[in-house]
Amino acid sequence: MSDPIVKISGLNKWYGDFHVLRDIDLDVRKGERIVICGPSGSGKSTLIRCINALEEFQEGEIVVDGIELGPNLKHVDAVRREVGMVFQSFNLFPHLTVLDNCTLAPIWVRNIPKKDAEAAAMKFLERVKIPHQANKFPGQMSGGQQQRVAIARALTMNPKVMLFDEPTSALDPEMVKEVLDTMVDLAEEGMTMLVVTHEMGFAREVANRVVFMDAGQIIEANTPNEFFAAPQHARTKLFLSQILR
Amino acid sequence: MNDIASSSFVRRDLLAERPAPVKTTGFVGLMRTRLFNSPTNILLTVLGALLLWFTIVPSVRFLMVDAVWSGKDRAACLTENVGFAVGACWPYIQAKLPQLIYGFYPEAERWRVNLTFVLAVVLLVPLLVPRLPAKGLNASLFFVAFPVVAFFLLHGGGIKGFGLSWTAGLLELFDDSIIGAGQALLDLSKTSAVGPLLWVVGNFVVLIGTAIHWLILPLTWLRDQIQAAGQSVWADFAVTAVIVSLIAFGLGGGLRTGWRALASSIVAFVAIAAVIKLMGLDSGGLPVVATNLWGGLLVTLVVSVTGIVTSLPIGIALALGRRSTIPLIRIFSIAFIEFWRGVPLITVLFFATYMLPLFLPGNFTVDGLVRALIGIALFTGAYQAENVRGGLAAIQRGQGEAAAALGLSWWKTTSLIVLPQALRHVIPNLVNSFISLFKDTSLVSIVALFDLLGSLRASFSDPKWSTPSTAFTGFAFAGIIYFIFCFGMSRYSLFVEHRLNAHRRN
Repeated sequence: MSDPIVKISGLNKWYGDFHVLRDIDLDVRKGERIVICGPSGSGKSTLIRCINALEEFQEGEIVVDGIELGPNLKHVDAVRREVGMVFQSFNLFPHLTVLDNCTLAPIWVRNIPKKDAEAAAMKFLERVKIPHQANKFPGQMSGGQQQRVAIARALTMNPKVMLFDEPTSALDPEMVKEVLDTMVDLAEEGMTMLVVTHEMGFAREVANRVVFMDAGQIIEANTPNEFFAAPQHARTKLFLSQILR
Repeated sequence: MNDIASSSFVRRDLLAERPAPVKTTGFVGLMRTRLFNSPTNILLTVLGALLLWFTIVPSVRFLMVDAVWSGKDRAACLTENVGFAVGACWPYIQAKLPQLIYGFYPEAERWRVNLTFVLAVVLLVPLLVPRLPAKGLNASLFFVAFPVVAFFLLHGGGIKGFGLSWTAGLLELFDDSIIGAGQALLDLSKTSAVGPLLWVVGNFVVLIGTAIHWLILPLTWLRDQIQAAGQSVWADFAVTAVIVSLIAFGLGGGLRTGWRALASSIVAFVAIAAVIKLMGLDSGGLPVVATNLWGGLLVTLVVSVTGIVTSLPIGIALALGRRSTIPLIRIFSIAFIEFWRGVPLITVLFFATYMLPLFLPGNFTVDGLVRALIGIALFTGAYQAENVRGGLAAIQRGQGEAAAALGLSWWKTTSLIVLPQALRHVIPNLVNSFISLFKDTSLVSIVALFDLLGSLRASFSDPKWSTPSTAFTGFAFAGIIYFIFCFGMSRYSLFVEHRLNAHRRN
């Protein structure tokens, strides 16, 4: 078994006095797809936001592809170059066209010439099936299309790990599927993914492991089959009975 | 009715289009739907028409119908001479126009002002038209080269050195003031109660000053050699050009990719050399025209353009500083903004003109116009800071997070993502401040600078043109000039807003 590409050990985080993340240990192997679920306020978003240092933490260590990220956040830039992120509210840059959204980081972070960056961006836009909208502004697109652009934008940096923070929660039901399909494609290409989501169908279909969190800690982690068929912890059982009806 | 009364309905024939029963387009439509469609609107329409009647008609009468258009002196504008109630006295404006534009700028040198105006227009207009290319070059010419050229054109005078001696001089001044401060502390230590402490600190400061002195010695030595050798400007220029070009080459990526930077640096220096030669800056330049001779529209434009161009960067820096997480920067920004917003502009101008010289050390003087310029720039900068902050507050946190997640640094996030959006949000507020700045420049007349309005008032006292309508004519003329500039800015800002907010339209 290969070394984990993301290794979280002894992670603790407080918001003031509130203990949001408690002793999180989680290893993610290369190519693994992990779905993190749990009730709201359980710290799942905070956990994945720690991985690319959007949140700071007080104790513990996160190693991404051999780069250490401790509480002092010393290697933030190096880690962020390896990790792509997709947000619940898309967070596309509204003043830039779709294409410019996708070329901004390659040009300004990786110093890639504009022409090459645009060619690469078009490739990724084709992958998420919206190349013909490249010159539109985000505000002119539907939520599902915007989220697919956001995925393409993250991919342009050639990340080794992709983080998804509730990517479908802000979407109309009709558009959830197009985004999930894109994510399934991505999974089939072997991308390492950490996904915070309530889409249990996606978890069943794609995930290698489902991690259930509550009150800032990992309650249960298991393969989707085991997780859904035979949850062990009482809290997990309660949660599943609430959402699977 | 009967068609859809039953629960199922399928249309068989599609309805043809037909005109609206009441005319809603054209002039009649406008009258019907907008002007006379309700009792209140009828009342408002009548009131509006009356208002126009009582303002427009007298204005037109005064400015055009009853106006006197030609004449040699006040006799032409007196009612008893022309036989009707005289409106505007335009020959007075005609006679005073040079004074209103140039102030007391010597007549033989006024071509320099005209040339500056022409240069400004030639550089500014292409900058304002989005379709024209080479915005980067254009902007650097307007914002960097033009102010320097304009200074030597308007003020005159030449240069004795170049980059090297300026840098050396600046460092020397800095070093001298450090040593001076250390000496002052040492002097104080002889009488003070905490003498030993001051003595230690004083000696330490002097030591630092001396260290800096030795550190910059090669630079000052080189400067002295060049000064002694004759042709100091060109020798200095050559040395500076070589040093700067090499730095550009190195920063541009050295042997691999630095050639472009090197080439543009050399081109820039060749251009600078051409300008120096053309204006004869190396041999004393144009005759000096002291700023107390400047006046009229020239001062108004110099003050307002400088104020507009410098206040925005100051405002942006302060707004970012106010939102900084570093306490020192934040506190400084807040204190700065609140101080400048808390005092009236007149106080600022008075302070800058009459009190600042009392605080400045000995032989260190700053030109009166420059003092006013700095005062206005800082004052407006504080206001712009709050405008920009409003725009920054409108940007969602997610924007910064998304940029950070893509690996962009704080500077790149701010300059590529946050500021472009924030500034678009507040274009109306920014231009609002610009317009108010443009009109506030008339306040400089209270500190003995004769701007357009000041020159105008000075011209009232000329007995040759003293008539009952002189003052009205003068103020009407000044009002028209101010209105043209302010309305121009306002319309251009609308255009920019419309264009930059294309992404918000669906």
